[in-house]
Order: sequence, then C-alpha cells, then structure tokens
Amino acid sequence: MQDYFHTYGVVAALLVVGGGIVAGGLAVNRLLRPSRPTGEKLTTYECGVDPVGEGWAQSYVRYYVFAYLYVVFAVDAVFLFPWATVFSSPGYGMTTLGEMFVFLGFLAVGLAYAGKKGVLSWV
Amino acid sequence: MLEVVGRLALVAAAFAVLPLLVGQAEHKVMAHMQGRLGPMYAGAFHGWAQLVADGVKFAQKEDVVPAAADRRIFKLAPAVALVPYLLVLLVIPVGPHGQVALDLGPGVFFALAVMGVGVIGAIMAGWASANKYSLLGGMRVTAQLMSYELPMVFSAASVAMAAGTLSLSGIVEQWRWYWLPWQLVGGAVFFVAGLAELRRPPFDMPVADSEIIFGPYTEYGGLRFALFLLAEYAGIVVLCGLTTVLFLGGWKGPFLDGPLGWLWTLVKVFALAFAVIWFRVSYPRLREDQLQRLAWAWLVPLSLAQLALTGVLKVALG
Repeated sequence: MQDYFHTYGVVAALLVVGGGIVAGGLAVNRLLRPSRPTGEKLTTYECGVDPVGEGWAQSYVRYYVFAYLYVVFAVDAVFLFPWATVFSSPGYGMTTLGEMFVFLGFLAVGLAYAGKKGVLSWV
Repeated sequence: MLEVVGRLALVAAAFAVLPLLVGQAEHKVMAHMQGRLGPMYAGAFHGWAQLVADGVKFAQKEDVVPAAADRRIFKLAPAVALVPYLLVLLVIPVGPHGQVALDLGPGVFFALAVMGVGVIGAIMAGWASANKYSLLGGMRVTAQLMSYELPMVFSAASVAMAAGTLSLSGIVEQWRWYWLPWQLVGGAVFFVAGLAELRRPPFDMPVADSEIIFGPYTEYGGLRFALFLLAEYAGIVVLCGLTTVLFLGGWKGPFLDGPLGWLWTLVKVFALAFAVIWFRVSYPRLREDQLQRLAWAWLVPLSLAQLALTGVLKVALG
C-alpha cells in the first residue's frame, strides 16, 4: 500500500510540474505582452462580418447514437484489461478462450445490428 | 527522493525537446516533399531556430479572450490539452532495466486513459469560445474521440493479452520478433486511431482550417494557441512512443540492443513521427462521414478480429 501511494505520488508530482510549466509560461507572457482591448477585438470571429445570433447556437447532435454505442463498448473493453493478464495462465486456457469468443460475439452482433439499423452513418 | 526528482526532470526535458524536434522536422520534411526549402533564416543554419523564434513571438502576443466566451474554461482549456501528454511520457520506457521514469503496473491502461483526457481540452475550447466554428469543431472532436477510442483500446488490449501483463516495460520484455506479423493489424489500427485522436491530417476535419477556421482554436491567439500547437506535437511523440513500445518492440533491435537500447526506441519513435508527417503531406482530408465510417466499419471490426487472433494463437502456443 505504501508503494501504491508512492507510485501515484510521482504522477501527482508531475501533474504539479506540468501545471507549473503552463502557469510559468503564461506568467512570463503576462509580463511581456501588451493589453489593449477594444470592442472590435473582443467580438466573436465570424470571417470579418459582425456575428449573427449567439455562438451557442442550437444544433443537431448527429452522433448521439455513437455515444450510446461507445459507452456500451467501452465499459466492456475496460474488463478486457484485467482479463488479458490472466487468460492464458495454466488452468484457464480453453475455457477463457471460449468466453472470449462469446464476448466478441456479443460485440460483433451489436455492431452488425447497429450497422443494419443505419445508425453508424453520419447523416 | 533525489532519484525521483532527477527522473521527473528528465521527463520534463524530453517533453520540452522532443515535440520541438518533431515540429522542426515537420517544417523541413514537408517543405522538401513539396519541392521548397522551408525555414532557412532563423539561426543561420537551415532555419534550425525557427521554432525558438516562433516561441519568442508567441510569448509577446496579446492575450485576447472574446467578450462572449466562457472566460475561465476558455483560459483553462490549453492546459487541459497539454499536460496529459506530459503525464503519459512518465510511463513510456526507453530502455531495459528500469530506464523508465515510473514503471507503473497498469501502464497501458494509464497511458490510454490519460491520453483521452487531452482531447477534453479541445472540447472545452470548442464549447467555451462561444463561436459557431468552434462549436462545430468541438462537436466533431467529440464524435471523433468516441469513434476512435474504441479500436485503440481493443488493439492495445490485444498486446496486453499477448504479453500477459499491463506494464509497458513488461510488454517489451515479452516481445519477440514474430509479434510483428502477429500484431500487425492491431498495430496499424492503433496508429491510425491514434492519429485520428490527435486530429492529425488526414483526420483533421474537426480543425479543418480552410473550412471551419481551425475549429476549436478559432478564437485562440498568442501563447494559448501555442500551447495547443505544442500539445499536438507532444501528442505525436506520445503516440509514436506508445506504438513503438506496444507493437515495435521498444528498445529491442536486431543488434546492439543491450546498453544502447534507448537509441532503438528513439530511432523507432522518430521513424514513426516521419510517417505521421508523410501522411499529412500525402492524403487529403477525410470528410466527416467518411471519418466515422472508417472507424466503425473498418477499425472496430479489424481490432475485434485481432483480439480473436491473439487469443487463439496465445492459447495454441502457450
């Protein structure tokens, strides 16, 4: 357990270093840069004409079905990793291989069904 | 403690130098592939200091945050895009016998998870800019992440199955030459999906500069924009590093793979980075629907087939 916290302590330390690199760069930038805001400069860019309506316009999210598929598949995929380390250990062999094909079968059928329903094409 | 500080300093140095080398290589390689010279003046010798000059320029530029933008998210986004790639560098081994900053047990899993976070920076930028181009770009980034993350995870899982471990150093130690043909499909899927996740050409529909004006980055300028650019090149280094370690045997080579193993890692990383640049010069941008189709109709089934092949051969051989 000691080791576990030590390991992720290094990750946290590097996270702090990374934040420091970005913050340090921006701090130097603050010392060097001019700051002369004008109304035109702060308008939203729309190829030189005045922006029409709001930036957060209503739009149709065309891939929400991908999002469902992604969540379903990704949750399955996470379980692959712990399984991958033990599946060929002595005494597992054929059983786990069979299970893998059941797993792949489920995913393939799901994918084929989604494809057949036409949700995998961007409309 | 001192050792940890030394290793972190090495990681930070690699993070500062390698992306710049890739960026400079891109300037020159693209230029020569297109029959021109590229930068020639900065630093006197073949424009070697061009990126340093760019950095000096970026550091002096005004920091403009559009009045309509969501200020805090807008300002935070470049950091979220950049820092994850630094964290992934921590777990990529360059040589045998602990030549890695941190030999993490679930290394593959950590690398993939943290790499995905980098994309969130671009999504944040797209949303917070309150700009129509940015919003479109941000949505495309999201769609691309969701489509390509899956084949990437599957092909990485295939290597983990073959090696029987999730540690990146452990995977390279298990690696044998016949993994090259065995994991070929997985490797190709991983590299292509990684390129798509980094939004590199030909998968740069979300940032298509000639169509939606750099998408999520439309409103960015100065140093914050430079941080996004740096994130792109750091992403290339990380992707090439992971592909090297997972699929190309990392520090193992046909000869001299003892004490000079780290040199093999670097050679492979830069060869892959060269390929990344080559793709950019060679292929036109994929349309959004073609992009999605490639992921769901080709890469996901191919990576599932690779999983089946890995499983069968592993049990048959073991």
